Amino acid sequence: MSGVDLSVELAGLRLKNPVMPASGCFAFGREMSRWYDLSRLGAIVVKATTLEPRSGNPVPRVAETPAGMLNAIGLQNPGVDRVIAEELPHLRQYGVPVIVNVAGSTVEEYVEVARRLSDSPDLEALELNISCPNVKCGGMHFGTDPRTAAEVVGAVKRVSRYPVFVKLSPNVTDIVALARAVADAGADGLSMINTLLGMRIDVERRRPVLATEAGGLSGPAIKPIAVRMIYEVSRAVSLPIIGMGGIVSGEDAVEFLMAGASAVAVGTANFVKPTACVDVLEELAAWCRDRGVRAVRELVGAAGRMGP
Amino acid sequence: MRFRIVDQREIARNVFRLRMEADRPVGWSPGQFFHIRVDDGLEHLLRRPLSLCEAEDDRRFSVVYRLVGPGTRRLARKGPGDELDVLGPLGRGFPLHEGDHRALLIGGGVGVPPLVQLARELRKRGVSVLSLIGFRTAEDVMLAEELAECGSVWILTEDGTAGRRGRVTAALEEALEEPPDRFYACGPAPMLRAVQSALAGRLPGYLSLEERMGCGIGVCMGCVHLCRDPEGRTRYRRVCTEGPVFPAEEVVFS
Repeated sequence: MSGVDLSVELAGLRLKNPVMPASGCFAFGREMSRWYDLSRLGAIVVKATTLEPRSGNPVPRVAETPAGMLNAIGLQNPGVDRVIAEELPHLRQYGVPVIVNVAGSTVEEYVEVARRLSDSPDLEALELNISCPNVKCGGMHFGTDPRTAAEVVGAVKRVSRYPVFVKLSPNVTDIVALARAVADAGADGLSMINTLLGMRIDVERRRPVLATEAGGLSGPAIKPIAVRMIYEVSRAVSLPIIGMGGIVSGEDAVEFLMAGASAVAVGTANFVKPTACVDVLEELAAWCRDRGVRAVRELVGAAGRMGP
Repeated sequence: MRFRIVDQREIARNVFRLRMEADRPVGWSPGQFFHIRVDDGLEHLLRRPLSLCEAEDDRRFSVVYRLVGPGTRRLARKGPGDELDVLGPLGRGFPLHEGDHRALLIGGGVGVPPLVQLARELRKRGVSVLSLIGFRTAEDVMLAEELAECGSVWILTEDGTAGRRGRVTAALEEALEEPPDRFYACGPAPMLRAVQSALAGRLPGYLSLEERMGCGIGVCMGCVHLCRDPEGRTRYRRVCTEGPVFPAEEVVFS
């Protein structure tokens, strides 16, 4: 990657490159470490963590859709105490900032998870998941009403000693209003977008494919929506954005950066190819090199500078 | 990894056997699966988990699949020389046990293919193999000759158009008359549940599970199945990395 400065800074975090896995597409890193050296990543984002262990939803939990997939995992995770004790320490060896995705059913639960994580030295930031479409109470409920979103963000900010990124749901009429509300409540950055609520029906059996009926749509199918939303939000709110939603190539990453993201997360592509994150990184570096782009930072927001 | 298709043909109604060759040797065991992209494009994003059916050596394998939708239809259009993007073999296959003399293999429908290489490995170790394989109707029967090279085969069809009439569970008692040391089963969940309940406490064995799968490498938590650990607690386990083969007594059917 000689010649191209890939480093980015967001909310005080210095990343040696802008590529990280999206939460839920990487588990807690152990499996992925068999496929490549995780120290090559810009950051590591681990699976959503809740106060108590969660076993998740019944199966089927996944289904393919055109250029995408639906999932309804339901936040399966071992609970914050075991994440702190068993999952985060082993990630230190990679020398990469660790971002922990936090989910909950009540404001109090978000706050308690954030408080316990604040006592751990093994992370650099929180990503507040107020946009999971796959749990009955909580999750997306917090991310679709600006006032509720602001309430949970404000409460978490009061207890967290780490920067707080807020992962926004695209399942809203006006995502800029949501972004403004969480920015005003003190968010340090935004992650966008989470999955879009979708559904598939098994026509032979005349019923939904997923056990939960609906699930979160991800993959290249949602990329144009993500790019548009990041573009809109980045022009309205001055927070750094981690962009995600269907990135499978270096050129996709460039598109997100140009739309206004300061870093990118690779999600569904990890399921297609275990090395997706580092492949995107290499392609991004090559793209910059081929075009004489000296620093990846130059690309951030490039598409919006001229004005419409 | 890239695999080159050697050939593929329809071996039963809507069921294809695809032979493929890896560009370098890979380790494998019977009961593992290959995670295969049907196409390099973005339309069909997720891989298809297809069980290893036969291993000629460390590079040449066959898998068997049924046409179920646009993705498998696309795969069926591929021919000799075409390349496939393949991960694997992945997962935990069928454990083989020293000292076993007699094994009972139970397969239903597209659950039969992984039993073929298992039967060959058992045969190589001098284990005598009885395969009970069940299908809906005569047109669905497959791989009986391959299994017959490794031992006895009893074919059952639900409508009686080939072999005996009925489901594999109907022949289980008779199959136990010469007591096997172990059973290995692969097939639809109702069959596995019936086999498990008929053999519980009588014969140790393994069930190979199928679940809609995402990544295949243990990160997405898509393909979980409820299992009971030795302490009696139930929890979801990942079919792709902790299975697809599980000790029969650990599997919980809801």
